[in-house]
Amino acid sequence: MQTLLRTPLHGRHVAAGARLVPFAGWEMPVQYEGVIPEHRAVRNDCGVFDVSHMGQFHVEGPNAHELLQSLLSNDLDKIGDGEAQYTLLTNERGGIVDDLIAYRIGKHQYLVVVNAGNRDAAYAWMKEHEIRGSEVRDASDEYALLAVQGPRSIERLGLPDAKPFTHAMGELDGVEVMVNRTGYTGEQGVELMCAAEDAEELWDAVVARGAVPCGLGARDTLRLEVCYPLHGNDITEDTDPISAGLGWTCALGKEFTGADVIRAVKEAGPERKLVAFVMEEKAVPRQGMPITGVGDAAGGEVTSGTHSPMLDKGIGMGYVPADSAGPGNHLTIDVRGKDRRATVVPKPIYKREET
Amino acid sequence: MAASESYPEGLKYHREHDWARIEGDEATCGVTWFAQDALGELVHFEAPAEGGSTAKDSSYGEVESVKAVSDVIAPLSGEILEVNQKVVDAPETVNEDPYGDGWLVRIRLSDPGEVDSLLDVEAYKQHLAEQ
Repeated sequence: MQTLLRTPLHGRHVAAGARLVPFAGWEMPVQYEGVIPEHRAVRNDCGVFDVSHMGQFHVEGPNAHELLQSLLSNDLDKIGDGEAQYTLLTNERGGIVDDLIAYRIGKHQYLVVVNAGNRDAAYAWMKEHEIRGSEVRDASDEYALLAVQGPRSIERLGLPDAKPFTHAMGELDGVEVMVNRTGYTGEQGVELMCAAEDAEELWDAVVARGAVPCGLGARDTLRLEVCYPLHGNDITEDTDPISAGLGWTCALGKEFTGADVIRAVKEAGPERKLVAFVMEEKAVPRQGMPITGVGDAAGGEVTSGTHSPMLDKGIGMGYVPADSAGPGNHLTIDVRGKDRRATVVPKPIYKREET
Repeated sequence: MAASESYPEGLKYHREHDWARIEGDEATCGVTWFAQDALGELVHFEAPAEGGSTAKDSSYGEVESVKAVSDVIAPLSGEILEVNQKVVDAPETVNEDPYGDGWLVRIRLSDPGEVDSLLDVEAYKQHLAEQ
């Protein structure tokens, strides 16, 4: 029998009446009041997510930078202390072991935040490749992580403006926090990291400031509207970054695991591409549904699908043959045996209207 | 706004969380408060065609929320006289008023004797308690 792990905020979720579900070995809130109101709270105002299930590794030592440069696809020389970078942990086949954010604290000190479901795989991979003068340490259990997201999040938290992908130490209502200007919703916001024992105090403070508690359900609809890939769905150990549209995270001028394979894919052009699409008929696409009717070429498969609360339509992403990947191309999704029409659209699917 | 939990008297219930309001040889059918609560806010009703038929205990449509999809099981057999277009256009109507505006189909019973096999409200509540 497997016991589900619980974050330090489990008691708060239960008290708030959240619906808890198993996710990547954790018992996590999928929703409080409902996915759609929570989604709207983040798009219109401010929501807070417990993402303490995510993994935090410290990578330290005189050769920490060198180690990460050899394991991660993006170029850490592009960021300085106090900055962060979205990057990929790749394998020898050019596949994606995990997508993660690396926070540079100093030349010899990084924090990397990995997906909950890949914590063990990513840790094992990095540990295995450790070099002299570098040490990777899984500190996930020491921390809680709260994502506070939405156009009013900075104002509600009383934080100064700062550029995206920066970080700083700070204090929020008496709790010491690392304030990371990162997120997974496409909105302005922060991810606040604190000591596990301070998690409830921080959660209460953020909620008292007006952030609406949000579950993983809204987290998924929010990220899919803005086409942020989900590892395990849209990107995996068997998909390469070029086909996934993540070429911009790959510094192909440097050496890192699988770089030669990725260069070759880029050179030849990918056979399939991860596209975003919107349903033209009333239907909700779901992961695993076949994409058929893509010209004469072989079809593809939906890797993520949901109902977009902002568009009030079915939306999704999936791999299709490269010659069918252009915006405006028509797709047919097999929704439980019924053909439903969809159209490829530019990413992101949802964009705030200019005001 | 989601409705608060209720199971009206006078309806007949099916174990798969559907209800039927019997009027002569016709019935109006929908899903119970329990069903809509389990799914969350509905975003799609895959409706059957008017003029088609339902077969007791078989699926005649699908209701879908952001996170889940569920077959809708027919409590009774019959001919589909009408599909609730309001729910097709605004599926969340089911969450707001599962026994009123959120009805799904109206059918003409092909075997009125089937009604006897459905649960009354007390039996359905007992069934829920055992879930």
